[in-house]
Amino acid sequence: MDTRSIHALIRFGLGRRGTEQLPADPGTWLLSQLRAADPPRIDPFPSTASGLAALRDDRANKPMPGQSKARALFVAQAAGELGHALTTAAPFQERLVWFWTNHFTVSLRRGECTGVACAFIEEAIRPHVAGRFSDMLLAVMRHPAMLLYLDNGRSVGPNSLAGENGKRGLNENLARECLELHTVSPAAGYTQDDVTALARILTGWSIEIQGEPQGFVFRPRAHEPGEHRFMGHTVPPGEEGGIAALQFLANHPATHRFLATKLVRHFVADEPASADIRRVEAALRDTKGDLAAAAGALVGLESAWQPGTKLRTPREFVIAAIRSLDPPEDRRPNTLGLLGALGEPFMAAPAPNGWPDKAADWAAPEAMIRRIDWANGFAGRLGARDPVEIADLTLGPLLRPATLDAMRRAGSRRDAFTLMLTSAEFQRR
Amino acid sequence: MMKFSRRATLLGLTATAMGPMSLALAAVPGDKRFIVVVLRGAMDGMAAVVPHGDPGLSALRGAAPQGLLDLGGFYGLHPALAGLHEFYRSGELLPVHAIAGPYRVRSHFEAQDFLESGADHRMTSGWLNRTVAAMACPAMAVGVSVPLLLRGPSQIANWAPHGMAEPAPDLYAAIAALNQGDRVIGPAIAAGLKERGFSARALMGKTEETNRNAFPALAASAGAMLAAPDGPRIAAMELGGWDTHTAQANRLVGPLKQLDAGMVALKTALGPAWKQTAVLIMTEFGRTARINGTGGTDHGTGGVAFVLGGAVKGGRILADWPGLGAGKLFENRDLAPTTDLRSVAKGLLAGHLGLGSAALEQIFPASAGVTAAKGLV
Repeated sequence: MDTRSIHALIRFGLGRRGTEQLPADPGTWLLSQLRAADPPRIDPFPSTASGLAALRDDRANKPMPGQSKARALFVAQAAGELGHALTTAAPFQERLVWFWTNHFTVSLRRGECTGVACAFIEEAIRPHVAGRFSDMLLAVMRHPAMLLYLDNGRSVGPNSLAGENGKRGLNENLARECLELHTVSPAAGYTQDDVTALARILTGWSIEIQGEPQGFVFRPRAHEPGEHRFMGHTVPPGEEGGIAALQFLANHPATHRFLATKLVRHFVADEPASADIRRVEAALRDTKGDLAAAAGALVGLESAWQPGTKLRTPREFVIAAIRSLDPPEDRRPNTLGLLGALGEPFMAAPAPNGWPDKAADWAAPEAMIRRIDWANGFAGRLGARDPVEIADLTLGPLLRPATLDAMRRAGSRRDAFTLMLTSAEFQRR
Repeated sequence: MMKFSRRATLLGLTATAMGPMSLALAAVPGDKRFIVVVLRGAMDGMAAVVPHGDPGLSALRGAAPQGLLDLGGFYGLHPALAGLHEFYRSGELLPVHAIAGPYRVRSHFEAQDFLESGADHRMTSGWLNRTVAAMACPAMAVGVSVPLLLRGPSQIANWAPHGMAEPAPDLYAAIAALNQGDRVIGPAIAAGLKERGFSARALMGKTEETNRNAFPALAASAGAMLAAPDGPRIAAMELGGWDTHTAQANRLVGPLKQLDAGMVALKTALGPAWKQTAVLIMTEFGRTARINGTGGTDHGTGGVAFVLGGAVKGGRILADWPGLGAGKLFENRDLAPTTDLRSVAKGLLAGHLGLGSAALEQIFPASAGVTAAKGLV
C-alpha cells in the first residue's frame, strides 16, 4: 500500500472507513471533494426556521430541563451530523466543514443558539467551504446562531430611533470577535475605536423570532445613523455599510495571513513553517479569498505529506476509531455523549475562540487515559474480526512493527484492537 | 438489592431484543442457573492449582510457593484464591486439572475461537448459544460485548454497567510501553496512569497490584440479574489479564484476586438461587510447564478449569494426572492434557440442565467419542 494514499485519508480525511477503496491519486481525490457537495442526510434537515420555531416555543413554555424543543432538535441533528462523518465518502470536505465551523465558533454554552446550531453548519458553513471567504463571512454574520451567540440581535445604535428611548444600547461582542477571531486578528493593529465603529455599523443586524418570516432581519430602527470611520475608511450607513465593511475585512491581507496560519496549523503542524503559511496566504490573496484554492494549496504543501505531525482531537479520534471498525448503524456508539465524556462536547466550545489546535491542548494525562478506557470498551465490539487485518486496512504502512508485534502477542483480540486504537500512529494524523 | 436487580434486568434485557425469549421462561427445569466465565489470555493452571505433590515440579518451577491452600494433599490452591478455597471446603468447588480443548494451537485468538465454538475449528456460533437454543431460556452476556461463546441464532441480551471499561493493568502497561517514544502521548499516559494510582513498578509487573477492572462488580450485577424471577438463566462473563509471559508470580495475583472476589460476589448476589447454580470457569489453554527466562510462562496446552456452585459436587479434584517427570510433558514443554474440556461441559449440560445426548451432539459437533463426565452435580 502506498503511504500517500492512506495518509491522505488520515491527514485530510477522517480515517479509512472499513475496507473503503484507497485513492489511486490522493491529490486528485482530495481536490475532487471540493466540487461535489456532500450534505448529511438528516431528517428533519437542520434549518433556521425550525430552530427558531423551537426557540419561540421554548421561550413561551419555559420547559423543564430535558423538555426543551430546541435541545431535542439539536440532539437529533447533532447525531445526524456525527453519523454523517462516520460514513461520508468526502471526508476532506467534512474536515473543512469542521475547521470553518470551529473558526466561526458558536457554542451551546451561551445564548439561545441551541436550536439553530446545526442549521448554522448547514446554512452558513457547508455551502461555502469551497467558495469565497467573503461569502462565508457574510453568511456567518447574518446567521441567527451567531447573532444569538454573540448578542448582536439586541445591539442598538445609541443615536438610532430605538436607542433614543435609552433602554438598550450598543453591544460590541460580535464586532470585537469578528475582528479578533474571524478576520484580521490583532496583528492588523486595529483600535478600540475600530471595534466600536464596527459594532455601530452592525447595529440592526438582528433576528426575527416572534414574527414571520423567521430568520435574519435588518432593523432600521436599531441601526446607528450616519457614516462611520472604520480602519481608515468611510463606511456608509444602512445594511449595505455592514456588507461593505465585512467585504473589506474578508479581503484584508491580515485576514489572509491569519486564515493561512490557522489552516496550516490545523492540517499540517502545530508550529507551521512560515514558507507554508506564505503559500496558502498567496493562494487566498491571488484568488480574492477562494477557499477551494486555499485547500488546494494545503494539499500541495510538501510538508503536508509528512505523517503523524498532528494529534487527533477527541472527535477526530472517536470518528476514526468507529470508521475503522465500521459497525452497522444500529451498533455504533452514541458519539454525541461520548464527545462530552472525552472533553470535546459537540458545538460546545468554552469560548468564541473555539477548540484549541495543538497537541499539548489535547494531551492532558486524564484525557489520554480516558481515550484508552473508551478504546478498550469500544474494542469489545470487535467480535470475531481479526484486529491485525483491521490494523492493516486502517493504517497500512503507517502501522509500526512494534505495534504489530504487541498486537500479535496480545492476550485477546480485544486487547490487540485496543493496542491499535491507542497506538501513537492511530492517535496521530 | 431487588430494586437494583429489577432495574438492571430491565436495562439489559430490553436493550437487546428480549421479546421472544420471555415467552420461554417456564421451560427451564427447576430454575437452574448456568454461568460460564472465559479467562482470556490463558491462565496458568499449574500456578492456580499447584501440583506440589509431583516430584517433577521443582525441576520445572523451583520450590513450591508459600501459603498454598490445601486441596487434599497433592494439590494446593494459589493463596489469592481464598474465596474459592472456602467453596472447596464447603463442597462447592471442583477444580479440573490437566484439561484442554480438542485443539492443539497456541494462538490466543484461534484457541479462544475454538474454545467458544466448542470444536477444533471456528464456527459461526458458540456452544453456549446452541445450549440456549436447546433450553429455550433467556440468556445474557455480561460485559461490553457478546462473546462468540454466546453468539448465534438464539437471541442474547447484553448488559454492561455504565461508564468506561478500564483495561487490566498489563494492558495499560503494554499501551504505556508502546507509546513511550511519543513525546506528547508517552508522558501524558505515564502521568495519567500515575494519577490513577498505578505505580511505575506495578506497570512493569514488578509488584502486586489490585486490578481495578471491576470484575467483582460485574459478577455481582450478573448474580442479581440471574437471581431475579424474570431474569436470565444462562450467562457468560469474561476476565482478561492472564497472559503472564513475564514476572508471573506478581502479575497473576491481580487477576486471581479479581476472579476470586468475583465468584464470592456472584454467590452473595445469587442468594438462595446459588443452590441451583453451576459455574464453569475455562481458559483457552494452559501455559508451559517450565518457567521461562523472564519469570513467566509461555503458551502451552493442558491447564485448569473450575466447576463451582451450590449445585456442584465439589470438595475434590477431578484429574487424571499425567505427571511432570521425564517424557511426561506434551511435546516436552506443556502439561499433557488428559481430560477433554467438552466432557466437563457436556457433563454439566446433561447433569445440571438435563440435556439429552442428541442435544449434546448438536451443541458439541463431532464429539460422540467424548463422554459426558458424570457426577459433577
